Amino acid sequence: MHKTVNQKAWLFVVPVVGLVAFNALIPLMTVVNYSVQETFGDNVFFWEGVKWFEQVLNSDRFHDSFLRQLAFTGMILVIEVPLGIVVALSMPRKGPWVSVCLVLMALPLLIPWNVVGAMWNIFALPDTGLLGRMINGLGIEYNFTQQPVAAWLTTVLMDVWHWTSLVVLLAYAGLCSIPDAYYQAAKIDGASSWAVFWRIQLPKLKRVLTIAILLRFMDSFMIYTEPFVLTGGGPGNTTTFLSIDLVKIALGQFDLGPAAAMSLIYFLIVLLLCWVFYTLMMRGEEQ
Amino acid sequence: MAWTWPTAVFFLFILLCLIAMGVWERWRPGGDPRRGVLGLDTTRGDRLFITLLGSAFIFLAWLWAFGTPMWGGLAISIAYGVAVFKWV
Repeated sequence: MHKTVNQKAWLFVVPVVGLVAFNALIPLMTVVNYSVQETFGDNVFFWEGVKWFEQVLNSDRFHDSFLRQLAFTGMILVIEVPLGIVVALSMPRKGPWVSVCLVLMALPLLIPWNVVGAMWNIFALPDTGLLGRMINGLGIEYNFTQQPVAAWLTTVLMDVWHWTSLVVLLAYAGLCSIPDAYYQAAKIDGASSWAVFWRIQLPKLKRVLTIAILLRFMDSFMIYTEPFVLTGGGPGNTTTFLSIDLVKIALGQFDLGPAAAMSLIYFLIVLLLCWVFYTLMMRGEEQ
Repeated sequence: MAWTWPTAVFFLFILLCLIAMGVWERWRPGGDPRRGVLGLDTTRGDRLFITLLGSAFIFLAWLWAFGTPMWGGLAISIAYGVAVFKWV
């Protein structure tokens, strides 16, 4: 059978192409141009080749912030995913408390990122904040503005508070979608609650957990606002993650060349992760 | 935008790749996605993307390990691209 070929539909894509060109391609091209040049302002540029890339790739500063970023992302995944599953398992599936739990869980997700940072800053201040005073009152010396461990703990705790809900809601949706027949069969077989979790619930949650893990991975890998408002990357550089370091180089030191090279490397890493995310999701769809 | 010749050539190369892919598809359609050695279902466009992204990382790795000049990185990238189009 002969199919009618009509290419007019491409015209509808033109506005989107224009928009993407304006907000993504042109800035990206500018960054590529900056990454191979040096400027001291006044729109005068000097060719530097791949010098900035070499400098960034071999700089301890970049390695440190990259490792800090990986450590932070690893930590929050290790905490948020199991915690999210446990909370989702303990939430009611029927009755009036369902809505209450869901609203409570969704609340942290509705708060803007800078507000979360400011909230936790005030909450954890050692002399005036509720958390800070309480911990110090227990006899434990705690000051997130001066102690690196305390700064990390507070940053991780803040992220867990803000984003565990996302894992909870996804896992809860996954749990609700398991048909009752599975539980009835398990009951007939006399399966323990651990066996039900391990053999039924966890395999059925695989897909939503993949999405949850990858979403949290991506999001935490690009985190900026919350730690910036909370600690400003300090004390010293102990909580300076990739994005904070990038802003420091680009806007603090006004080193546009190295900052452009670093943002391109950062962009490539994020792009690679996006591709892995997309590929895994598509594989899940097929299965 | 502070254009330079090398960056212009770089973007022109990507644009030419896209045009060449379009012409190739028109001339000899690639058909449905195929399953390659990585177990991924990929079309020609996917393979171009994997080639470009992988090449970027090859160049970065070369620059980090050996510095300039980067002819070795270029050679590996071309071999990698051919391998991706053939087997992935």
